[in-house]
Amino acid sequence: MIEVNKKIAENHGLTEDEYEKIIKIIGKKPNFTELGIFSAMWNEHCSYKSSKKWLKTLPTKNERVIQGPGENAGVIDIDDDDVAIFKIESHNHPSFIEPYQGAATGVGGILRDIFTMGARPVASLNSLRFGSADHPKTKYLLNGVVSGIAGYGNCIGVPTVGGEIEFDSCYNGNILVNAMNIGITKKNKVFYSIASGVGNPVIYVGSKTGRDGIHGASMASQEFDENTEAKKPTVQVGDPFSEKLLLEACLELMKTNAIVSIQDMGAAGLTSSSVEMASKGKVGIEINLDKVPCREKGMSPYEIMLSESQERMLIVLKEGREKDCEKIFNKWGLDFSVIGKLTNTNKLILISNNKVVCDLAISALSDQAPEYDRKWEKPITEKKIDFKTKIKNFQITELIEKIISHPNQTNKSWVWDQYDHMVMCDTINQPGGNASIIRVHDTNKAIAATVDCTPRYCKSSPFLGGMQAVCETYRNLCSVGATPIAITNCLNFGNPEKPEIMGQFVDVIKGISEACKKLNYPVISGNVSLYNETNGIGINPTPVIGGVGLIKNISQTSNHKFKEAGNLVYIIGDTIGHLGQSILCYDILNIKKGEPPPLELEKEIKNGKFIIEAIKQKLIQSSHDVSSGGIILSILEMCIPSKIGINLNIDKSGFQLIEYLFGEDQSRYAIEVKPENEAVLLKNMKNKGVSFKKIGKTINEKYIHINNKYKLNLNNLIELHNKWFKNYNK
Amino acid sequence: MIANIIVFPGSNCDRDIKVALEKFQIKCKMIWHQENELPKADLVVLPGGFSYGDYLRCGSMASKSVIMNEVIKHASTGAYVIGICNGFQILTETKLLPGALLRNYMLKFICRRINLIVKNNTTPFTNKYKNKAKIKIPIAHNEGNYYADEATLKKLEENEQIVFQYCDENYEINNNGNPNGSSLNIAGIVNKKQNILGMMPHPERCIENFLGEADGIPFFESLLK
Repeated sequence: MIEVNKKIAENHGLTEDEYEKIIKIIGKKPNFTELGIFSAMWNEHCSYKSSKKWLKTLPTKNERVIQGPGENAGVIDIDDDDVAIFKIESHNHPSFIEPYQGAATGVGGILRDIFTMGARPVASLNSLRFGSADHPKTKYLLNGVVSGIAGYGNCIGVPTVGGEIEFDSCYNGNILVNAMNIGITKKNKVFYSIASGVGNPVIYVGSKTGRDGIHGASMASQEFDENTEAKKPTVQVGDPFSEKLLLEACLELMKTNAIVSIQDMGAAGLTSSSVEMASKGKVGIEINLDKVPCREKGMSPYEIMLSESQERMLIVLKEGREKDCEKIFNKWGLDFSVIGKLTNTNKLILISNNKVVCDLAISALSDQAPEYDRKWEKPITEKKIDFKTKIKNFQITELIEKIISHPNQTNKSWVWDQYDHMVMCDTINQPGGNASIIRVHDTNKAIAATVDCTPRYCKSSPFLGGMQAVCETYRNLCSVGATPIAITNCLNFGNPEKPEIMGQFVDVIKGISEACKKLNYPVISGNVSLYNETNGIGINPTPVIGGVGLIKNISQTSNHKFKEAGNLVYIIGDTIGHLGQSILCYDILNIKKGEPPPLELEKEIKNGKFIIEAIKQKLIQSSHDVSSGGIILSILEMCIPSKIGINLNIDKSGFQLIEYLFGEDQSRYAIEVKPENEAVLLKNMKNKGVSFKKIGKTINEKYIHINNKYKLNLNNLIELHNKWFKNYNK
Repeated sequence: MIANIIVFPGSNCDRDIKVALEKFQIKCKMIWHQENELPKADLVVLPGGFSYGDYLRCGSMASKSVIMNEVIKHASTGAYVIGICNGFQILTETKLLPGALLRNYMLKFICRRINLIVKNNTTPFTNKYKNKAKIKIPIAHNEGNYYADEATLKKLEENEQIVFQYCDENYEINNNGNPNGSSLNIAGIVNKKQNILGMMPHPERCIENFLGEADGIPFFESLLK
């Protein structure tokens, strides 16, 4: 076996201090297998060593939370003894190296996190960020990622119901692929990963272990450089067919009451699953590696323990239930093997060829993993700047045409047409809306889900950006009639060893905390992805928030499509006309300086509750949140799917009109109201102290009129809106 | 009416079709692919999904499974067989229906509500649709590009075996309305005896108004006639 030294430890991503700490804790020099296991457990991805201190400050509890962060996924009460289990996870590094497999296994990994906990997955979402559209790698990465998500999700038969996709040059060297999944089960049918019962058998089920993905988790804890291509062998290879079988077999086994605990083999494979289960249960675990089903002969203990082969699970069974379990896995054509047992030694003991090849205290790997209080600098929030001179000469119609055809605002059906978003027959609101709505099967209620983040805001003011990402999901959910109940987050940042990056991280967490506390919208699960840097250049801070809401009656929902001509259009919330960090400035005019719009959480709550109530009372025909792109983009997105035009009458002109239409003031909604409902609605708005403004009326013509001065042909806008992806992928 | 739904490893629309059939009071039994006997039933359904992972070729491994011998026997008595999506692919692989389903011509998976014309409303599966009815039903497939040689296509036309055809927004049968490159815009066909139907669209996905169009309802009602 290879003799371990400082240099080898360094190659495993362990610093000199960390290597010395290992020797001190275990009182000996680790052998090569043990070193590999340490590197897998102590890397950033598995240990959260840079982020833990700050993650602990997030609000994670309220009356609905059954399980917060720390398990495979979070669990939230959705009434009637039903629970929703959900989580979002990143697969950024592998997807950049090998887009198809990276994205596919990202979907596979998050699905396993959900069904490990006993829930049938019912909806997938994803949040994707690519470099600028004209960067030479973007087209290849976009196509690979989208088909990887499609290939995996379609085959397993879980609908991909929503997501977001954005292009920005800050992701040229580090794309972001964040996958979210939601499952549903009964409150008393949730499974956890806490091992218990000394002597209970430890079972390996699923696919065989191969040499793929070795050191995947360590790779994801490092920056990229020009040698990134050479890291391809660290990317796992997915097989959605095996996952479908594993899903059905696990759910079948879960009905038998034979399981003590269960955990999927995700990042750092057999190592992290066995150590985490034992650590949580404060027991020891002994594994005979000769019993692990392997794809090829001669795999070393090191390779078996560090492989990230997909579609595998580790289960602790009640003693004596092995045969029942084996029968189910045989039926589904999957491997089943009793590979070890729980012990009272509190140690991880690995045996290979009748020899002990690893003997480590579980606590050395988990509890004693390093935790850093990294240096951080308070980020400097950018100052307000004057846009007037830069913008006043543009024609408003020209700006509208540019915004509607920009890759970030264009029709993205090219993407979601490739995803089966209807399988399981419970998808009510499809991709492309504010939030997707999925009926809870066989009931009259539904959950709504959305993923969102505005990284340009986060870059300019991490605190406001963190708050805004939470609020945007809140708004998306309210606008379809769902009461927001909980979030999951995927925190994508650069290198935390740099104080300015750590400062972004800290401030974003503070912003998220602040918003979640006030909105009673706890964080129940999440994931951190650091070191999103290439050659020292980091991405914009991108804390992606996955929000889930509850709809008690599926007849009380809304969507963003105008329903008919002759209806009135109102904006709920205050419009000041804040252009800093707006799409207009950032994407269209390339003015990247300036501060993002301010945010008042009380208003967010008041306006959100008002919209939900109005939807319940059927006082509004359609509703859309107003955020990126301002009022004008929201209105166009309401006109386009229904091909209904609008007369906009706004008491502003010139530059002020541009501010009014394109400004991104927060906590606003656009709503369509029938004339006969107007009086009641106005009364309600006044009673609740909600600010509002009538801005126009839907019309029978296919035109957008603004103040009888500007006129845009809706059919032309639709054509502009629809063509980008088609042309790009010709 | 009683239906047997065949479940292959990788089937993923088996529950959806069961829910739909039961909504129309058709009793369902789920039959695992390794069974060598079919309970007595009026109808056998091969559901959508990715049987055996769609490895090798869609539907090819399923066509060689134990249960398919029983399905072929069932069909030979004149009893009904419906194959939806992956089920259609299995039916062509077993030669219960002519032709083959190739990759979509754009080489991408397509999931979308699509316009169809009911070309033949005299089959046991379509008799509740109006003649030449214009309907919207979702598709979700990667290999739905129906192909057959000229002679076979001619026969399909002569024998009125073409049941559903893709069409555009104005319900014209042309290239514009053809999502996957199918010959003659074919979305679904029956055998000559009209007891076996294969179709790419998923009628089980559109039987509730609030999920969008409910044009799948007449399909299931036809079975009850």
